[in-house]
Amino acid sequence: MEKRVVFRSTWLPYALLAPQIAVTLVFFFWPAAQAFWFSFQVQDAFGINTEFVGLRNFVELLRDEHYLESFKTTAVFSLLVAGSGIALALLLATMADRVLRGALAYKTLLIWPYAVAPAVAGVLWGFLFAPSIGVVTYVLRKAGYNWDWVLQGDQAMLLVVMAATWKQISYNFLFFLAGLQSIPRSLIEAAAIDGAGPARRFWTIVFPLLSPTTFFLLVVNIVYAFFETFGVIDSTTQGGPAGATQILVYKVYYDGVKAGDLGGSSAQSVILMLIVVALTVVQFRFIERKVQY
Amino acid sequence: MSIRKIAAAALAAGLFSANAHAQVEIQWWHSMQGALNDKVNEIASGFNASQKDYKIVPIFKGQYPESMTAAIAAFRAGNAPHILQVFEVGTATMMGAKGAIKPVYQMMKEAGEPFDAKNYLPAVAGYYTDSKGNMLSMPFNSSTTVFYVNKDALKKAGLDGTAPKTWKEFSAAAAKLKASGQQCVYTTGWPSWVHVENFSAWHNLPIGTRENGIAGTDTRFEINSPQHVKHIEMLADFAKKGLFTYSGRKNEAEARFFSGECAMLTSSSGAQANIRRNAKFDFSVNFLPYHDEIKGAPQNSIIGGATLWVMSGKKPAEYKGVTKFFSYLSSTAVQTEWAKGTGYVPITNAAFEAMKKEGYYEKVPGADIAVRQLSNKTPTANSKGLRFGNYVQGREVIEEEMEAVFAGKKTAKAAMDEAVKRGNEILRKFEAANKS
Repeated sequence: MEKRVVFRSTWLPYALLAPQIAVTLVFFFWPAAQAFWFSFQVQDAFGINTEFVGLRNFVELLRDEHYLESFKTTAVFSLLVAGSGIALALLLATMADRVLRGALAYKTLLIWPYAVAPAVAGVLWGFLFAPSIGVVTYVLRKAGYNWDWVLQGDQAMLLVVMAATWKQISYNFLFFLAGLQSIPRSLIEAAAIDGAGPARRFWTIVFPLLSPTTFFLLVVNIVYAFFETFGVIDSTTQGGPAGATQILVYKVYYDGVKAGDLGGSSAQSVILMLIVVALTVVQFRFIERKVQY
Repeated sequence: MSIRKIAAAALAAGLFSANAHAQVEIQWWHSMQGALNDKVNEIASGFNASQKDYKIVPIFKGQYPESMTAAIAAFRAGNAPHILQVFEVGTATMMGAKGAIKPVYQMMKEAGEPFDAKNYLPAVAGYYTDSKGNMLSMPFNSSTTVFYVNKDALKKAGLDGTAPKTWKEFSAAAAKLKASGQQCVYTTGWPSWVHVENFSAWHNLPIGTRENGIAGTDTRFEINSPQHVKHIEMLADFAKKGLFTYSGRKNEAEARFFSGECAMLTSSSGAQANIRRNAKFDFSVNFLPYHDEIKGAPQNSIIGGATLWVMSGKKPAEYKGVTKFFSYLSSTAVQTEWAKGTGYVPITNAAFEAMKKEGYYEKVPGADIAVRQLSNKTPTANSKGLRFGNYVQGREVIEEEMEAVFAGKKTAKAAMDEAVKRGNEILRKFEAANKS
C-alpha cells in the first residue's frame, strides 16, 4: 500500500506553498505578463508616448526575413550544441567509467569547466581564437588556413558552438557517469560471457539503459542552448558577423536593452515563450513515450 | 592617537559632512573609463573646489549603451540623474524624449546664464542643435575619424612615407605595401561611422533625406547612391585582393595598427593617445582619403563621441547648479586641459585658438588633424551631422550588410539596397513611436 501524508488543515498547505508561489508570481508571471502587454504597444525608449498597435509588432517581425533567419540560426546552434555536447560527454563518460587508476583525478578534471561562467568561457575561447592575436589562429594560419571569424559566419558559429559545448560537456558527463554506474554489472558481464564485444555491449545494453538520462539531457541542453548561452555570444561575436550567430534570445536582448525597442523586443519574447511551451509539450508528449525508463 | 582625538576627528568629519549636505548635489552619470574616468573626476573636483553651493557627483555607469539604458530605467522609476552622458547615435532618441529632457538652451535661459551656441565649434554644435539653431545638449567629448599610417612600413615599401591623399593614391600605395610583404595592409575601426557616415559627409553626399534626419523624423536613408555603392565595392575589392582586413565593428582595429600588424588604419581620432603610447614605429595622423572624381570633396567630417543631456523634473536650484557646471566645463582653461589630456577635440572656438597660440599643435603633430578636418569647410546639410531614430539598431543593420559584402556573400549594390530598406523600417517605427 502506498503511504500518503494528508494535511488535515485547509490553510497550511497553501501557507507552505505561498513563498514559492510569491517568488514565481513576482519574478516570472509579472514580467511575463508585462512583456505580453508591451508586445501590443509601440513606445519610445522613455515610455512617454505609448500607443496600442494590436498585432502590428508581430506582423512586422514575421515579415522581417532577418528575424526568420534568426530562427534558423537558433535551430542550427541548439542542435549542434546539444548534439555534440551529449555525444562527447557520453564518449568521455564511457571512457572514464573504464579507467581503473586515477579515475577520481580524471573525473574531477572533466567536471571542472562547469564551474566556469558562460561569459568567462566565451572570453577564453574568444582569446584563443582571436583573429589577430589568438594562439590557435596563429597555428591555423601557419597551416595555411584562413581563420577569421570576425568576417566568416560559419567560423563564428563554430566558435560559439565550441565554447558553449565545452562548458556543457561537464554537466552532461556527470549525469552520464552516474547513469553508467547505475547499470548492473551482471548484465554487462552476462553479455560478455555470451561473446558480445565492447561496442556491441555498449549499443545493445548500455545505450538503451542510458536513454532516460540522454532524454533528460537533451531537454536540458536545448534549453541551455536557447537561453543560457547568452553570455558566450555576448562576450565573443555579439551576434555577428552579419547576424550569423544571432540567436533568438540575443536578439531579444539587443533590440530591447541596447536599441530601446521595447515593443518589438517584447513581441519576440512572447514568441520565444510560445516556442518553449511547444518544445516542452512535444518533448514530453512524443519523445518520452519512446524512451525506456 | 588617543580616544579623545579620534572622537574629535569623527565629530569634525560629521560636521564637515553635514555642511556638505547643505550643498545642492548634482548627479552626473557617465561612461568614461580608465584614464578618461580620472579626467572626469578631476573636472568634477575642480568645479566643486571652485565654489561652495553645488557639488557634482560623477558616477561611472558602464559603457554608452548601458548607461543610457540605466538612465532610461531610472527615469521610468522616477529617479533619473541630473546629467547623463549620451553617445552621438543616441541623440535622436534623447531628442524624441521631450518630456524626459531639459534642452540646454532653455535651461540656460531660465537660469539667466550667459550662453551662446556660436562659441562652440560649428561641426560639434551642429550635431546637437535643432533645426532652429537651439542647442539641446552640452557637447562634451567629441572626436572624428582620421587616417593613420605607419611611415616606416610605407618607406619599407619604397614610398616616401607621406600618407595617400585620395583613394586612387591609396590603392597604389596599398599594392606596394602588399608587395613588400606587409601581412595586413589596411584595416578600419567603426566601419559604418568611417565608411558610410563620414564617407558621406566628407564627399558632401546625403546619408538620409531631411538633412540627414535633422529636419524631421520622416527621413529615409540614401546610402545606396552610386557613389556609396562604388566606395563599398572598392573596399570589397581591396578585401578580395588582401589589401583590406576587416577587424570588427568597434575599435578592435586600433590594436592591430599599433602592434604593427596593419600598416594603415582609419579610426577615431580619440585613438591617438593609445597609439602614441604603444606604437614602436613612426606614424602620422592624416585627413581621411577622398575620391577626387566626386565634386566638392573633401567637405568636412562629422563627429562622434558624446554630449551631456540634462534630465527633466529637477528643482530650479539644481538646474542652476547644472548651468554653473556647464559654464565651468566650457571655460577655456578646462577645455584646453581636457583636450590635451584626452585627445578629444576642444569644443569651443576659444579653446582651440588658445591651444594654437601656445604652440601645442606644433609640439604634438597630428593632434590638430581632427579639428582641422571637422572645420575643413563650412558644414552643409549633408555634413553637419545626422539624426536617425533608433540609430543604434540602424547602424547595426548597416554594419551587418557591410560584413556580408566583405565576406563575399553579397554585392555592394544588393547590400546597400537592403541596408536602406531595413534601415527605413527602423526609422518608420521610430517615427510612429515618437509622434507628438
